[in-house]
Amino acid sequence: MNMLKKYAGILWLALAAVVGYYGTVDFGLPKLSTGKTDDLVFGIIILFILMPIIVGGMITFGWYALQGEYDSYE
Amino acid sequence: MVTQPTATGTANKSSLYSVIGASSVGTLIEWYDFYIFGSLASVLATKFFPEGNSTAAFLSTLATFAAGFVVRPFGALFFGRLGDLIGRKYTFMVTLLLMGGATFAIGLVPGYETIGFLAPLLVLILRLLQGLALGGEYGGAATYVAEHAPVHQRGYWTSWIQTTATAGLFVSLLVIMGTRLALSKEAFDDWGWRVPFWASVFMVGVSYLIRRNMSESPLFAKAKAEGKTATNPLKESFGNRFNFKFVLLALFGATMGQGVIFYTGQFYALSFIEKIGHVDKMQTDGLMTIALLMGTPFFVIFGWLSDKIGRKGIMMVGMLLAVFAYRPIYQRMYEAMSLNNRIEIPSRTILETTSARDPKTPGGMIRTETVKRTFTDGTTTTDVTTTKIDPSATDAPNAARPDIKQTVMLNDSDRWTLIWLVFAQVLLVTMVYGPIAAFLVELFPTRIRYTSMSLPYHIGNGVFGGLMPAVATYLATNANSANTAAKEAGTALPYAAPYLEGLWYPIAVTAVCFVIGLLYINGKDTKIDD
Repeated sequence: MNMLKKYAGILWLALAAVVGYYGTVDFGLPKLSTGKTDDLVFGIIILFILMPIIVGGMITFGWYALQGEYDSYE
Repeated sequence: MVTQPTATGTANKSSLYSVIGASSVGTLIEWYDFYIFGSLASVLATKFFPEGNSTAAFLSTLATFAAGFVVRPFGALFFGRLGDLIGRKYTFMVTLLLMGGATFAIGLVPGYETIGFLAPLLVLILRLLQGLALGGEYGGAATYVAEHAPVHQRGYWTSWIQTTATAGLFVSLLVIMGTRLALSKEAFDDWGWRVPFWASVFMVGVSYLIRRNMSESPLFAKAKAEGKTATNPLKESFGNRFNFKFVLLALFGATMGQGVIFYTGQFYALSFIEKIGHVDKMQTDGLMTIALLMGTPFFVIFGWLSDKIGRKGIMMVGMLLAVFAYRPIYQRMYEAMSLNNRIEIPSRTILETTSARDPKTPGGMIRTETVKRTFTDGTTTTDVTTTKIDPSATDAPNAARPDIKQTVMLNDSDRWTLIWLVFAQVLLVTMVYGPIAAFLVELFPTRIRYTSMSLPYHIGNGVFGGLMPAVATYLATNANSANTAAKEAGTALPYAAPYLEGLWYPIAVTAVCFVIGLLYINGKDTKIDD
């Protein structure tokens, strides 16, 4: 189980990269250029609130998992 | 009503009821205050945020989004820190008064027509204060109750706090419906919308009086007496690798999924019925109220069950069910609201046409065509087509832009189908939300509990959950646009059911949260008297 927890860390790191890319390119940036107020606020929230939390948090979580930080907690 | 801690740090049963009562009523009012703004958004938009003004629209969007998503985690940090430094009781007294004061004040702000841009600016500031207060309240109430509760009943007692988010929405719908029924439509639109905001002050007053006489949480009082409270709770919570890994686990393994399930079941369902089904506002509020009322006891049932069989199992089953059930549930909701297979009674169709001067356009006219249809199953629809005719427009008379608004009044059978389908979603909410306060409390030590549990909760619930309706609408709109483009190009439609596309957001977030929770969360009992 500890091995699974550890190697799943790679999955969380990969997920952070994928979400970061699509969240920025498909979700966030297009909203900044529509000229609509609602879209602008939505784009800013996606790019500067949601993306840093998901990407930063997932990278840290994946890194901790990979280092076995969660191993003893079972 | 002073609570009586026992030697083990827990209160006796009669004191516990007082603790629960005082904490729950306060939290319920906080949610009530927070929700009435959203429920009255369409009325508030005309009073504070007039159409056609980009600055007012920007402030309106900020007031709606920022308080719900961005500010709550800051409130969690600010008040969580205070709660771990000076105590739970005083901190959540402050959040209660802050929330009540801000809500009451929204009801007093003069409209845009009276004070101009000051109106939306004041409302935005008050709305941000509401978000801050809410960010601090929940963690305090959950921690306070958990620190009074007996060891093996923590899930049961904290689940009462969990009912308040749904009960707050329920009470807000009830008060708004009651005010609408008591007043004429004109009176409600003129000043009646302020009543639900004013009502808050009485509820907050009562809650303040109840809370004032309560004592500090026994575990915090003990830690303080022993000099074991944190000197810098923020640093200890998020700067310490050992604690921070649990903050991340709480977020990605529990609150992230709980947040999207919470908002899908209670808010996206409401918006789906109103916007996709065009169901009448009063009928929608009514059926939501019944479904919420039926579902609310299950918060306590699942909280109690989590003491018996573990919190992890219940939360994970709730998430797994949500992943697989959302698309069938929403497909069935769509079918229950669709007019496609209904048979119209032509003899009962009524057509009315009126014309009036457009007060905003010189020489302009507004033509309104109303068509009322009745179907054999008892469903009725009202289609109102409003056409504004501006003679000064360069391409007149083609400048007439019709605005079509449909309202559907469902028959009893379909109304109950929707009630059961919303109830099924609320049931999923209760599975993930009922045990989560106890789960979060048990994850962190007393000295940093308020700070550590508040942040992941409000990021999960506020940010991941709060964004759910906006992200889902974005996905569904994209799917609709793709279908429209394909139709115009004469190619195959890429989406068979574009109205279901928005559900990929809660499904994906919940699926990831389920896997992380299943792998990494410890399902064993945890002591909190450290």
